[in-house]
Amino acid sequence: CMTPAKDQFQEELVIRPLHSGDIYASFQFRTLWDTDFLQEGQKKVSHYRLFPKSLGQVLSKFSVQELHISFTQGFWRTMQWGQPFIPSPPGAELWVWFHHTVSDVDGNWKELTNVLSGIFCASLNFIDMTNTVQPSASFKPLGLGNATDHRFLRYATLPREIVCTENLTPWKKLLPCGSKAGLAVLMKSEKLFHSSFHSQAVHIRPICQDEQCTSKAWELRQTLNVVFDHYTSGQGKKEWSLFKMFSRTLTEACPLASSSKVYVDITDNPELFELSPATPLLSQAVVLGDRRTYSVYDLTRAETFGQLRSFNLLLRWKGDNMLRPLLHAERYVAGFGLQTGEIHTVIYNNHPYRAFPVLLMDSVPWYLQLYIHTLTVTSKSRDNKPSYIHYQPAKDRHRPHLLEMLIQLPPHSMTEVTVQFERALLKWTEYTPDPNHGFYVGSSVISALVPSMVAMSTNFTQDQPLFSSFVPVKEESSYFVRVYTEPLLVNLPTPDFSMPYNVICLTCTVVAVGYGSFYNLLTRTFQVDEPSPPLAKRLANFIRRIRGVPLLA
Amino acid sequence: MYSLSLHFFYPWIYLKKRIFTFCTIETGQFFSSGHTNNWAVLVCTSRFWFNYRHVANTLSVYRSVKRLGIPDSHIVLMLADDMACNYRNPKPATVFSHKNMELNVYGDDVEVDYRGYEVTVENFLRVLTGRLPPSTPRSKRLLSDDRSNILIYLTGHGGNGFLKFQDSEEISNMELADAFEQMWQKRRYNELLFIIDTCQGASMYERFYSPNLMALASSQVGEDSLSHQPDLAIGVHLMDKYTFYLLEFLEEVHPASQANMNDLFKVCPQSQCVSTPGHRTDLFQRNPGSVLITDFFGSVRKVEITKDTINLTSSVKPPIQSIAEHHVLQFVADVSSQNPKQKDWHPPDGFILGLWTLILLVFFQTYGIKHLKHIF
Repeated sequence: CMTPAKDQFQEELVIRPLHSGDIYASFQFRTLWDTDFLQEGQKKVSHYRLFPKSLGQVLSKFSVQELHISFTQGFWRTMQWGQPFIPSPPGAELWVWFHHTVSDVDGNWKELTNVLSGIFCASLNFIDMTNTVQPSASFKPLGLGNATDHRFLRYATLPREIVCTENLTPWKKLLPCGSKAGLAVLMKSEKLFHSSFHSQAVHIRPICQDEQCTSKAWELRQTLNVVFDHYTSGQGKKEWSLFKMFSRTLTEACPLASSSKVYVDITDNPELFELSPATPLLSQAVVLGDRRTYSVYDLTRAETFGQLRSFNLLLRWKGDNMLRPLLHAERYVAGFGLQTGEIHTVIYNNHPYRAFPVLLMDSVPWYLQLYIHTLTVTSKSRDNKPSYIHYQPAKDRHRPHLLEMLIQLPPHSMTEVTVQFERALLKWTEYTPDPNHGFYVGSSVISALVPSMVAMSTNFTQDQPLFSSFVPVKEESSYFVRVYTEPLLVNLPTPDFSMPYNVICLTCTVVAVGYGSFYNLLTRTFQVDEPSPPLAKRLANFIRRIRGVPLLA
Repeated sequence: MYSLSLHFFYPWIYLKKRIFTFCTIETGQFFSSGHTNNWAVLVCTSRFWFNYRHVANTLSVYRSVKRLGIPDSHIVLMLADDMACNYRNPKPATVFSHKNMELNVYGDDVEVDYRGYEVTVENFLRVLTGRLPPSTPRSKRLLSDDRSNILIYLTGHGGNGFLKFQDSEEISNMELADAFEQMWQKRRYNELLFIIDTCQGASMYERFYSPNLMALASSQVGEDSLSHQPDLAIGVHLMDKYTFYLLEFLEEVHPASQANMNDLFKVCPQSQCVSTPGHRTDLFQRNPGSVLITDFFGSVRKVEITKDTINLTSSVKPPIQSIAEHHVLQFVADVSSQNPKQKDWHPPDGFILGLWTLILLVFFQTYGIKHLKHIF
């Protein structure tokens, strides 16, 4: 009898106070499993313990190498909040690397999106060929992957997708402890959705178990990032507690977890910062190019919960330390009218003396017809020619535009990318029930290796905190960053859908009255008519007609 | 001699037969309601923030149905717009049914199967008839069989003979009746309860012609269904009157309750609802007084503990059962062969009359009144 494969579950919560008074909480739940879903020749995986069965079956049925799906409500404000641990664009985003043995990637992709729409209660079935692209360079595998052929990669976003409790409910059910124990008890929808930013994601990839990569394991990470607003949830004070954020406190760690920790970022304002209950455990981590200090609370130890058997964190800070992100971008539509327009993407490099390249990926729907001959890239009011351009033009109702460019950003500069477009007229059945709301264009993705002030550690350690080990670090001098711009909301020329009825009624009335009058004028002759004779005379005429005698006058 | 012995044995045979029929009658009563599983299809067809009450209507029926035992896997919930996480909602992730935010019908454990633009007439009819594309996940399918009792609840804006979906398309009462007939032909339901809360809702069930259908509507033809009460903090009307009182009625029902359909027909009389709720039971075989509320709204498993052995493999059909079966088959044949009745001719209504009056007035103003005699 085979021994069941080893699996392991870790959970972690990182709390980072932001300079504007908001607070950023990031949950990560990781399940590692020493098994192979894609092995050929051996028995299919049938015994699931910590890894959710619904996702495991999806992986083996569709031969998925890597799967990343995120649902986000709100937009991450990089200038005010810094860089997130795991970035995500507004709406839903799904990108998948299929195994190189798959013969029909498009068919697998279509079925996969339908199955995921059932699992997460989202309208992912709207992902089809008209909004799927195959980026050539922007989305390299984050786990083990020797597949560099981008024909096995599919990427799609649904910027209109709403996130609400119905997406959180199945997401929570994928966790080994559900929402009954551990950090997931804090996830109450009434508080989580009353926030400035809410993002839940699932990332599945194969990783190496050790330095030499002798054994592979599958990693499932479920992440939830939320930013609570200073004024609406915080009542205007820079004073937060777990109870104020989540309306719950922690009572126990998940019994199935091998590690359950809460990290609080105390790097800023060490003397103006108040944290209770105090803890002697400190940890330093280099994350996002910066060395940060964290207070660590280990929930697997009973003394963390104290006398009341409940753990509530209290933070108070007074300082106003602004951290300036090195890479930042924004996007907007310029122009007027409903015929043409211009998309402007502005990328800021805030590094004082280093230049670095960024890869900009734009996926524009087919109904905004881009004129690529008007594409200009300017930095410091001079032309900046990209060193690599991959462009795939759109085909009406078949596929969207895909534009990927490698742009070198000069130090301390602003780079502007502009392209003109024309709005297409859709067929009347292609409009949504509320077309005057507008049509969404998905966020642009900017991926870059940003030079780091502090040396990143390339050591592989199993007990690294989860938030610093999401993206594999290849070299010490830079760290990987992905920035998403705003989605665009564009109005297309919309017909007035009630007009056909009005037009028919008015036209028919005008035609009937006009034609009727005209016909009468042309064909009717007018003659003088005798007044009708009185009754006696009519009766007499009637009798005369019978008799055959000529009638009276 | 022979006849004497027969007379001697006759009482024994008679007694044995009586015991025999007694046991089989017990099995008959054991499965008397006829259904083994319950499904619910709850649809809200309205979009936009000011139609908050339609989403609240659907969610309150969802909440009652879940509370009485139907699991999420047996509920197909279709909401045409998102009210809970709408940016205009002052309390996100909540949908209230009572003012002063007393009852949050959205809750913490909700699974919406069709949402937003997916709620279309085509998808609704595909769910009912089962003609879905092969890659549709299980949670979006109505996997009912011939022993399923299905509850169908529709709410939104409607008119005489149609229901509006998302302000862009409509479903007519004939299409709905045909869909139910397709379900009957494929034996996709045992009994079906249809509830509709829209203006002129009774027009939606007047075309039904399949057996085992019971229908309720919140208003008669020519009447409007009214909304109940606004909440000043949220700024919109929270519920419709009929569903509000239906929710109050269902809150009293628990899984072991013996409330029956006659109580449901009395929900929201005209004094409370202003409109007159209607119902239709002529296509339904059982007497509504013997149909429990939990037959449709709950998922009650019949469990009877017994120490006797009950013979289920007997080939002799007790006479009572076979007569009942015969009646059932006859009734079904009668109902199925009925043609849908012809639509009565109605005199043209106000708009057409007004248009014709306008045309005639213009004509006669131009030419004078003496030409009237050419017409009459």
